[in-house]
Amino acid sequence: MSQNNLTSVVVGNRASISKPRLGLARKRAIIRFLFILPTLIFLAAMFVFPIIYNMIMSLENYTTISIATGNAPFVGLQNYIQLFQMPLMSQATWNTLEFVIGSILFQVIIGMAMALFFKRDFPFSTFLRTLILLPWLLPLIVTGTIFKWIFDQSHGVLNYILMQLHIIHAPIGWLISPNMALISVIITNIWVGIPFDMVLFHSGLQQIPDELYEASSLDGANRWQQFIHVTIPLLRPVLAIVLMLALIYTLKVFDIIQVMTGGGPANTSQILSTWSYTLSFQDMSFGQGAAVGNIMIVISLFFSYFYLRFTKES
Amino acid sequence: MPRQGLRRSHLTIIGALIVCVMLFPVYWTVTSSLETNTQIFATHPYLITPQFDWQTYRIALQTQLPHLVSSLIIATGTTVLCVLVATPAAYAISHLQFKKVTWLIVALLISQMIPSVSLDNALFIIFNKIGLLNNYFGLMLTDCTFSIPFNILILRAFMQSIPKDILEAAYVDGAGDLRTFIQIILPVSKSVLITAGLFAFLFAWGDFLFSVTMITQNSFQPITVSIYGYISQYSQSWNQMMASAVLASIPAAVLLILSQRYITAGMTSGSVKG
Repeated sequence: MSQNNLTSVVVGNRASISKPRLGLARKRAIIRFLFILPTLIFLAAMFVFPIIYNMIMSLENYTTISIATGNAPFVGLQNYIQLFQMPLMSQATWNTLEFVIGSILFQVIIGMAMALFFKRDFPFSTFLRTLILLPWLLPLIVTGTIFKWIFDQSHGVLNYILMQLHIIHAPIGWLISPNMALISVIITNIWVGIPFDMVLFHSGLQQIPDELYEASSLDGANRWQQFIHVTIPLLRPVLAIVLMLALIYTLKVFDIIQVMTGGGPANTSQILSTWSYTLSFQDMSFGQGAAVGNIMIVISLFFSYFYLRFTKES
Repeated sequence: MPRQGLRRSHLTIIGALIVCVMLFPVYWTVTSSLETNTQIFATHPYLITPQFDWQTYRIALQTQLPHLVSSLIIATGTTVLCVLVATPAAYAISHLQFKKVTWLIVALLISQMIPSVSLDNALFIIFNKIGLLNNYFGLMLTDCTFSIPFNILILRAFMQSIPKDILEAAYVDGAGDLRTFIQIILPVSKSVLITAGLFAFLFAWGDFLFSVTMITQNSFQPITVSIYGYISQYSQSWNQMMASAVLASIPAAVLLILSQRYITAGMTSGSVKG
């Protein structure tokens, strides 16, 4: 809030300078507005308008014919009713839930462990930490392609390693077996997310003063006790933000699944995002695709609400 | 440190091992891309490629070059567009007084959370109506949905830290908002502008969803769509696919090497301080 006060002081000064010339003040207000005008137009055209359009489409029977003729019959809530009658609705929702929870749980645990490790001072620590960022920066289509090759049943290196180590006796059809497909895409998504969580945790850890660790070790606390009683409580705000961002990001994941399994086999790795795409761009029922898209918006907004409330507090 | 435990050099070795495990998929991609079709399907895969087969890259480059150029055009255009729109807005939010500024920030935060799939659905129909399908500019606009909100927040986090005294001095000297912005804010913000540009570029380069829906003509397709198409068409040419994957990853790798400091800074300031 002190920043706001400061701004008002500055602006107050400026206002008093330009007071005699009212026309100038007005001109200045217009110039100032021009600074944010492009952003406002962009947000209106690329977010507000499509979201409203999507809502309307979800109430229409929008098909390829509609694309050609430009109009679609209004069907009320029929798209939503049909969707909720499909067994795929609950399947895709469950898959999304499993995908989100599985991804986040492991991303956060591994990311935190790595952040703690790389917080210690040793030669090449920064260099090694930087290398780990690479998975997060690769195009997701590339990541999906790479893991599709690694998970390949007959020639993939993962099955080879597991067989050599005698962990498994027959090659696993990671991406083609209904029991394994979702797990495989979750593993891939964990790999992508670890660096992001690690970076955020690492910067959070730097904020914790060393004195706290020194004091607690004088009190006889071991590393584990320090972690539980010093690190975790002080890292709670960062942890909350990481969890929230990971949640919102994971709900949006599309590319990895689309390239690795396409939601298959038999929809066992179909999550809401891939399903929405499939409905629109493969089944050509844009109305239903829009409806699933809207359900996703509602879920995201639900979690954004908590995120916003949290960032406002801190 | 009170506990002796491991020596510092041991930590380096453990750290290197962690990196090896984490980056093994990337390593595997590179070795696979340098193998012949016989080598790649050997019963015992080679951990180290016996002899480099650059032929794979020659063919991959031949097929992928137009798509790499496409991606380069789209990503560069998106970067320019994004920085042009986001920078003045960030300045206005952090230094010019607007009554509803909190609402704008909330709107930006929310817009980052809207799933692209939901936007994509309506934007495809809208773009089809106004003739922006198969249009580079159209795709740049959609790719900006990732980077404009994200970058305004990054730039704002930095610009807030510019001391007000400097700006005030400029005002006293009679500089208007525009001149202050160009002559003071922009030069000071150079490093954060690079960060913002990097992210805009990487987001656009990596985009697949918007590209695959908005670009239907093969010749325009960016590299991500081309790789996706390649997988479904030639599902057994793994060395070719891995070579294409390596080519598509070059910008990410280069940017990581050249500007890792900025990337880490952007990752944290874009989200935590947002």
